[in-house]
Amino acid sequence: MPALARVDAGRHGGKPGAALEKIRTSYPGSSRIPDEVFRWIIVLSAVSVFVIVVLVVWELVDKSRLSLHQFGLHFFYGHDWDPNNDSFGAMPFIYGTLVSSFLALLLAVPLSIGVAVYITEMCPQRLRAIISFLVELLAAIPSVIYGLWGIFVLAPLLRDYVEPFLAKTLGWTGLFTGPMYGLGMLAAGIILAIMVVPVIASITREVMTAVPQNQREAVLALGATRWEMIRMGVLRNARIGIVGGVILGLGRALGETMAVTMVIGNRPEVAKSLFAPGYTMASVIANEFTEATGDMYLSALVEIGLALFIVTLIVNALARLLVWSITGGTARPRA
Amino acid sequence: MPNSVLPSTSQAVSLWRRLTDWGATGFAILAAILVLAPLLAIFVYLVIKGVGSVNWAFLTQTPKPPGETGGGMANGIVGTGLILAVASLIGVPLGIGSGIYLAEYGRNRFGDVIRFTADVLNGVPSIVVGITVYSLIVIRQKHFSAFSGGVALGIMMIPTVARATEEMLLMVPNVIREAAYGLGIPRWRTTLSITLRTASAGVITGCMLAFARVAGETAPLLFTAFGNQFWNLKLNQPTAALSLQVYTYAISPYDDWHKQAWAGSLILILLIVGAVAAVRITTSRGMMKGS
Amino acid sequence: MGVGIEVRGLNAWYGKNQSLNSIDMSVPANHVTAVIGPSGCGKSTFVRCLNRMHETIPDARAEGSVKVGEMDVYGSGSDPVDVRRRIGMVFQKPNPFPTMSIFDNVAAGLKLNGFRNRKQLNELVERSLKLAALWDEVKDNLHKKSGASLSGGQQQRLCIARALAVEPEVLLMDEPASALDPISTSKIEELIFQLKQHYTVVIVTHNMQQAARVAELTGFFLMGSLIEYDKTEKIFTTPADKRTEDYVTGRFG
Repeated sequence: MPALARVDAGRHGGKPGAALEKIRTSYPGSSRIPDEVFRWIIVLSAVSVFVIVVLVVWELVDKSRLSLHQFGLHFFYGHDWDPNNDSFGAMPFIYGTLVSSFLALLLAVPLSIGVAVYITEMCPQRLRAIISFLVELLAAIPSVIYGLWGIFVLAPLLRDYVEPFLAKTLGWTGLFTGPMYGLGMLAAGIILAIMVVPVIASITREVMTAVPQNQREAVLALGATRWEMIRMGVLRNARIGIVGGVILGLGRALGETMAVTMVIGNRPEVAKSLFAPGYTMASVIANEFTEATGDMYLSALVEIGLALFIVTLIVNALARLLVWSITGGTARPRA
Repeated sequence: MPNSVLPSTSQAVSLWRRLTDWGATGFAILAAILVLAPLLAIFVYLVIKGVGSVNWAFLTQTPKPPGETGGGMANGIVGTGLILAVASLIGVPLGIGSGIYLAEYGRNRFGDVIRFTADVLNGVPSIVVGITVYSLIVIRQKHFSAFSGGVALGIMMIPTVARATEEMLLMVPNVIREAAYGLGIPRWRTTLSITLRTASAGVITGCMLAFARVAGETAPLLFTAFGNQFWNLKLNQPTAALSLQVYTYAISPYDDWHKQAWAGSLILILLIVGAVAAVRITTSRGMMKGS
Repeated sequence: MGVGIEVRGLNAWYGKNQSLNSIDMSVPANHVTAVIGPSGCGKSTFVRCLNRMHETIPDARAEGSVKVGEMDVYGSGSDPVDVRRRIGMVFQKPNPFPTMSIFDNVAAGLKLNGFRNRKQLNELVERSLKLAALWDEVKDNLHKKSGASLSGGQQQRLCIARALAVEPEVLLMDEPASALDPISTSKIEELIFQLKQHYTVVIVTHNMQQAARVAELTGFFLMGSLIEYDKTEKIFTTPADKRTEDYVTGRFG
């Protein structure tokens, strides 16, 4: 039925209303009023979406005005977050957000592409549905449960086994030094990576499947191994979409709140070591919003929210653009 | 023809190429294992640590004061239900309405704007939605409430429901609409009783997915519903929610609360899975399957 | 120089359906052999069995003996990757790599086989493009234009150049001109005529006039079996089998 629907939609140029206007308007007027009323209700629902987004932007800008005015650009590179003295610099949070997100991508991208390649090109047919379902299931787990698991399962694991090992082998890099709490930037990066894998993997799978079979055959016919066929015939053609998927994953990681708040340690410091606790933009809002006394404090937090909104907006728009250029506008990122 | 430059023996496929092929396959399998391992681990721990603490008291009592053992998350379970009810009342109609617009009336420039806006809304971090609703409602009302929590979650449901509705409606063949018009059925009636009904299974699935997604959300509730130690069934009071309680208990220093956090998580997951399963079962009987 | 192909007892299946029944065929070196027949007769399957492309489809398999020169294609020590390098294939719909330049398209197979030397690659790419009669048209834009920016006929010649670059002994062509306009088609046919000096060509075609124009030998397939195989002239003027006669005179298919 879907195939038929697409042929049909094509016939009218994708507009269900186009050829039907004639029938509709050549119609006794008695149904005009209910039709108009219905149309208005529907249009209003659609407009409500627009209104909501406008309200989001408005409230963010309005409530952060105080802080924007007071601190200007200094807000974004100041290191000092001092509510007692009404002095607010958001650099530690920006640093924490960026580091945790990029660490997450570093771990998630190879794994996601690996899983996608496995499911699309290597997996036996009957396992395909189960494995892809299970990967999607990762996306369904609520953030707070990831956080709970992070605190009581992952952090002890890191503290007792992984971090000592890393300190011993790679401690010289300066990235794996200092007290080992288990909680900290490394834990946040790992949890975020797990949460972001289903996003990147599902987009990667979609763009890989969109590559026509004749490209794969062209490579094989030249005398290529299976990996060479995947590399040259599929991944190469899908690379723009894969980049789009990665950027979408980044967008997801940047906005993630609960799981990160629960494992990152919540200390507004800029530290080189991944063992150290950190703080992200979303986390500081989550932790301090309801405690914020004073208009400047609240305004500073809202300004962080505004910055987060703008960054995720740009990142998501970029991602969508890239994915659409491969799938031709039919696939929508399902994050 | 000039001399052949390529080797013609069957050792032609070099060891290096064979090794990389083998290595790539190994890496892909390893990736699949590494990705699925946390999934398994989370579910195993949920069951091991949660099942022991889910008992009658847990399901029927409200929290005891910090430090005391016992008590439960009954108010959280009910509170989540209340908040989700409000959320659905907002998210589903607006989402379906928007979806109908996009599919039936919006195949034009303005429709593209709405579609883009819905995608933007979908990408807004949940905590930012919380800030917005706090600003719009909580500050004005001067108190936290289940209502504001529901509004926040409802807003987050809209893009998912709208997109699913649009996709499903577009899959309904035009001939069905034409047949209805030909019979003299007005457009509003056709859209609702015929087109939407044909697509209903997929639309319901979309609503369910949106529901499942917001059921586990915590961040937007932090400063809207806020949480409550006691029973509350009033919409205009701060209300407990499962996800909020799990969070509060998880970061607390009390062992008993940690155990209850696992139990609460288990209930939350069961709630989500149960809702999705219930929808699957009811919609797979006799109606057109969605996608 | 091309080599001959000896096919003995070739059977092929898609899942449980047998699509080729015990084919015996001897394809002589440096000749063009056409394979004709109605839709679904197995001609494409046959050709894809020669370079072990058939088995890349899930649940598909082939059994029997195929010897290309001295290479035993289905022998126990045989590596499909090596087989496919030594037997080139050109597909019905031109499939150049859209993300690569013209140069990189032709060089793709060479790079797979470990050629990195710039000078060598330049020479080999030029030679292949000349063999495919495309060199003059693209020599100024080798690195600037992508493979997909060429016209349909040029794309197909690019695919031929790409296939020839890895120096196969045999060239298989599965309806290579059916997606092209008449002028491009005749260019391809001219090219095939030239190519047979260096290669053994097997061409699948549903166009009988084309078979008559380019091929010295023609095999008629029907429902998975090779019905008749003889000089093209004989197949079209005095076929031995009635079924062949019915097909070539247009009574079916």
